Amino acid sequence: MKNDEIRASLLKRSRATKNERFGKILTGLCIAIILTVVLAIFYFVASKGLATFFKDKVNLWKFLTGTVWNPGTTDAQGNPQVGALPMIVGSFGVTFLAAIVATPFAIGAAVFMTEISPKVGKKVLQPVIELLVGIPSVVYGFIGLSVVVPFVRRTFGGSGFGILSGTFVLFVMILPTVTSMTIDALNAVPRNYREASLALGATRWQTIYKVVLRASTSGIITAVVFGMSRAFGEALAVQMVIGNAMLLPSNLISPASTLTSVLTMGMGNSVMGTLSNNALWSLALLLLIMPLVFNLIIRRIAKKGAMHR
Amino acid sequence: MTPRKWDKVATTMLYLISGFIIVVLAFLLLYILISGLPHVTWKFITGRSSSFAAGGGIGIQLFNSLYLLILSMLISIPLSLGAGIYLSEYAPKNWLTDLIRNMIEILSSLPSVVVGLFGFLVFSINMKLGFSILSGALALTVFNLPLLTRKVEDSLQAVHYTQREAGYALGLSRWETVTHVVVPAALPGILTGMILGAGRVFGEAAALIYTAGQSSPPLDFSNWNPTYIASPLNPLRSAETLAVHIWKINSEGIIPDASAVSAGSSAILILFVLLFNFAARYFGNKLYRHLTGARERG
Repeated sequence: MKNDEIRASLLKRSRATKNERFGKILTGLCIAIILTVVLAIFYFVASKGLATFFKDKVNLWKFLTGTVWNPGTTDAQGNPQVGALPMIVGSFGVTFLAAIVATPFAIGAAVFMTEISPKVGKKVLQPVIELLVGIPSVVYGFIGLSVVVPFVRRTFGGSGFGILSGTFVLFVMILPTVTSMTIDALNAVPRNYREASLALGATRWQTIYKVVLRASTSGIITAVVFGMSRAFGEALAVQMVIGNAMLLPSNLISPASTLTSVLTMGMGNSVMGTLSNNALWSLALLLLIMPLVFNLIIRRIAKKGAMHR
Repeated sequence: MTPRKWDKVATTMLYLISGFIIVVLAFLLLYILISGLPHVTWKFITGRSSSFAAGGGIGIQLFNSLYLLILSMLISIPLSLGAGIYLSEYAPKNWLTDLIRNMIEILSSLPSVVVGLFGFLVFSINMKLGFSILSGALALTVFNLPLLTRKVEDSLQAVHYTQREAGYALGLSRWETVTHVVVPAALPGILTGMILGAGRVFGEAAALIYTAGQSSPPLDFSNWNPTYIASPLNPLRSAETLAVHIWKINSEGIIPDASAVSAGSSAILILFVLLFNFAARYFGNKLYRHLTGARERG
């Protein structure tokens, strides 16, 4: 009888085991919800975005290279006019230009914070960068509209709206992200690299330029690509300063548009299920795919950097 | 030029670049505050917005922003805590966990516009929530979850493994160790992350344009019954937030004092962001001191 009781109590799940299972299931459920959301995003956006090509039979190549965006109308051959090239050029234009402008500043600030004066860096620059990250994008857009656009208009002529204004706004927006990731990359360089270089008689700048920056190149490129991914997906701030003209931009100060700006402006004005709506979802799909591409590039760079070590 | 001179030149350049960044931030903050604060009066903060005439306020928008923030944090805090605990404490080291981590990373790199459109399609249309606070809160949750999860996981990982071993040695189950030992030890980091996440949500607009909507119907602040259509608490009414309001009056609004209203609204938005930032620092440090007795966070 007694043995049976002991046997039963040993075979039964203890309170702690039940607790454990409860916790595991509860937290696993949270993960499952997040994963469902990710899959749902891809499923829904892809099913809507691909409808342009499968249901409305738009040629993918024509979609990517066409220069006329006017989904409600058709051209002489009866094909719908959904050429996304102006937006694609606009998006990549602001993204690359912003990255080109931001990179030297980001590297400079990061080098200052890790190599020249870590104390001032931590006390002053670190909070400054954190605050810059925190400023909402509509506020950047508003400042772009009331400061950058008039400035560009006065200095370079034109209306002031265009890729150049978008570049300035995005430059400030991605600067903190790129800087803080570059700092991490520089901090990952082992200290004895620097000591070895200094011991050979190199000056501080020679050490930075010939050793530290070379050793952290892959990390810095990762930071820049990550910043570009951010810039590519930024919507409202760019939309407010770029001018929203669906034309192939001929120069940096003529009004242009980006994928995100067309989406924010157009989605409310089209009816679900129509071609003009589906075409917008195709743009959204493009926006969904690009971060993946940027992600792959980052991974490639990280792998290469790891092999050099 | 000798190397030594180059060194001087380069150092000066680096100082200039760092100084430039500080000047940019100072300019941004001062510009917003100087051009915005004169417009911030009690009437402006609590008044109703106008769609045509000058002199509108931002009362409802401000309330909407706060309500939306609370609602979305109510959903995302438990979810991200659970997910972060799973990833840090339970997840085995295998390809599946790697895949999960990658998917969360991808979710965090998606543009907020795409998240907003997804919310529009699924919450507003398929789930028939329409332009409502609820679909806005859900979209913001999607937008915020990956970063919060990452923050929770990092904070939990930073807790030394001996603390867990001490828990197991006392005969606690893993779940009990997590809830009673690890999570409390990681709380300062988690709290900082949550407050910063709240700041991000407060300023987000792109994800809300097509989920919470761009209009703010009049509210009856005397009736707090959530099922009443004009009740401030009704989660199914459409709600323009402060950030969306700034975007809207600048891009398609026709009110004559758009720049004044958006300057004032930007100033309020920035003040809230600063508040969140300092709160995160203050409460994180205070909690850390309280829990450890150390004076500075390492």
